Amino acid sequence: MSTDFTYDLTIHHAPDEGGHFLANGTLFGGCFAAETLMQPLKEIETAFFEAWVDDEFQAERISLLKHYAGRATPLYHAQRLSKAAGGAQIYLKREDLNHTGAHKLNNTIGQALLARRMGKKKVIAETGAGQHGVATATVAALFDMQCDIYMGREDMRRQAPNVFRMKLLGANVIPVDSGTATLKDAVNEALRVWVANCEDTFYIFGTAAGPHPFPIMVRQFHTVIGQEARAQCLEQAGKLPDVAVACVGGGSNAIGLLHPLQDDDIRLVAVEAAGYGLETKEHAAALCKGKAGIIHGSLSYLLENDEGQVQPTHSISAGLDYPGVGPELAAMMESGRLEVDSATDDEALAAFQILTKVEGIIPALESSHAIAAGMRIAARMKPEQIVLINLSGRGDKDLGTVMEKLAINAEGEAT
Amino acid sequence: MSRLSDVFSRCKSEHRAALVSYLTAGDPDIKTSETLLNTLAEQSDILEIGMPFSDPMADGPVIQAASERALAAGTHIQDVFRLTTQVRQQHPDLGIILMGYANIPFVLGFENFAKQAVEAGADAVLLVDIPPEEGHICDAIFQQYGLDRILLLSPTSTEERIQLVCKHASGFIYYVSLNGITGADMGEMTTIQQQVSNIRVHTDLPVCVGFGVKTAKQAQEVGTFSDGVVVGSHFVSTIPQHIADSEIMNQALKQASLSIKEALLA
Repeated sequence: MSTDFTYDLTIHHAPDEGGHFLANGTLFGGCFAAETLMQPLKEIETAFFEAWVDDEFQAERISLLKHYAGRATPLYHAQRLSKAAGGAQIYLKREDLNHTGAHKLNNTIGQALLARRMGKKKVIAETGAGQHGVATATVAALFDMQCDIYMGREDMRRQAPNVFRMKLLGANVIPVDSGTATLKDAVNEALRVWVANCEDTFYIFGTAAGPHPFPIMVRQFHTVIGQEARAQCLEQAGKLPDVAVACVGGGSNAIGLLHPLQDDDIRLVAVEAAGYGLETKEHAAALCKGKAGIIHGSLSYLLENDEGQVQPTHSISAGLDYPGVGPELAAMMESGRLEVDSATDDEALAAFQILTKVEGIIPALESSHAIAAGMRIAARMKPEQIVLINLSGRGDKDLGTVMEKLAINAEGEAT
Repeated sequence: MSRLSDVFSRCKSEHRAALVSYLTAGDPDIKTSETLLNTLAEQSDILEIGMPFSDPMADGPVIQAASERALAAGTHIQDVFRLTTQVRQQHPDLGIILMGYANIPFVLGFENFAKQAVEAGADAVLLVDIPPEEGHICDAIFQQYGLDRILLLSPTSTEERIQLVCKHASGFIYYVSLNGITGADMGEMTTIQQQVSNIRVHTDLPVCVGFGVKTAKQAQEVGTFSDGVVVGSHFVSTIPQHIADSEIMNQALKQASLSIKEALLA
């Protein structure tokens, strides 16, 4: 597929005016924000919907997606991986080949353009694995904006190469020590800073969660993934996939892939981080194991105790280590459109190694969860069927974690 | 008439602003918290009892730490209700507000929460992250149980939002004097005064001012143009300052509240 791909700019399945997604009478999403943020959020909402129908804005956004980010990203028929799984044909949507090595840039390009349009000189963002932080720092460098990234201290340790990348790109990386010192606490801190600086600062939110309009805005910026994949699959295989699979932390790559496919006859599967196992408390599977809750401005599924205190989560992958999930995915699950699955740390680690060995592609640990579940699903299917997996990011940032887990030393030998 | 409006009438007859104080329930532990809440209630017209939450997004470091101490000490929502009951028994005329984040009453169930809050003696609820737009999930229930719903306004609130908030609020309007989190530095006093009079155009409800009031002088100034002065972080900070000795902690809190109260009486 060449760079002349035409994107569908119609907004399908929009939430109601207040950002609520309804499913079987249950309400998700909304704007559960402090008063100080209500007006800044409304300003972003207005600016976003105006920009979305502005040809000039879209032309610049799409031009950057094509010539700067390198879209369309390839769809790749992974024949050796398919053989290893032993069933359906596996196609990988190569978001790992997007500039900065993950899907995250699709969103930060859009939000940075919006920030510039709104006259904001400074951007802030939270980050877990560091991929959203890097993508934000990248567009801040491109648009010459000041950039502060909030990152849990524990995540800074796990994702040291990305911390260095952000610093090289000119961003300040601010460690967050409160709570569990991971992604949720980084969101809390970024929200606090934004409250105090909303006049000149734009908060580039990293996932399709948070208060309205972030879930729909982030979704719209990521639907390029599913739109391209749908067309590419038709072009290459002559038909649509039977199943589409994506990993879910907050859910931005998942909603980006799955949203444009929801009106087709395709099984949609979200894969959560099962950590040490869903039967333990050490996981991050909000859709599989959570209950309804309100966190970070939105009503969705949440890992919490019986009294509404948010539970600490665990995943080998920092990008999935989040107790909540985007409200639209919660609504899609509630309505029965979305299937939820999970992969443990060990399964993700195994998938990481398999994809690397049989295809020469090193996936992010986040995406490895989707690979693990996708292979399991493919194994139960026929060879003429197709499983589309979103390979949301590349794994260079995870080499330290993987070396530690596999007890491999710097020379590549077992210790 | 609700107890809160009695409180404001009483303060008005004394030609002074009400002292609205805040402490997190269960901070630093449940037993000490009972003493501290009662000590603070002595000087206060209205007491905001904070329900500890794991993710206090609108709070600065002082109240975040208070939430963490309370949760680490094993404070449950039932302890918050028990502490509220104990304060109510000793202070029949005090206005009591349960304050916190949406997820605590949401998970308990708003009806269940409202019922227990009323039984414990609370007059009102302040949920930072339920703006009027999302009031559909709780307003009818709070109204049914006779609980006032305190809503916030801030410097970013437009004319349109001021009208919306005034329409949905009951008890009083809580004006957040700055764009920031609890415990930050106060904004410019003349600007705050201007904004308070702007709010009064749209409502007859009392208007209280908070976020950042730390000194007796600030309290006195705010008290000249508002119906109530909210002091939170300043009181909460006496707890970590004297964490080793609850007796001294209690004395420090008493002194701090006396000093603010005297400023309002002056």
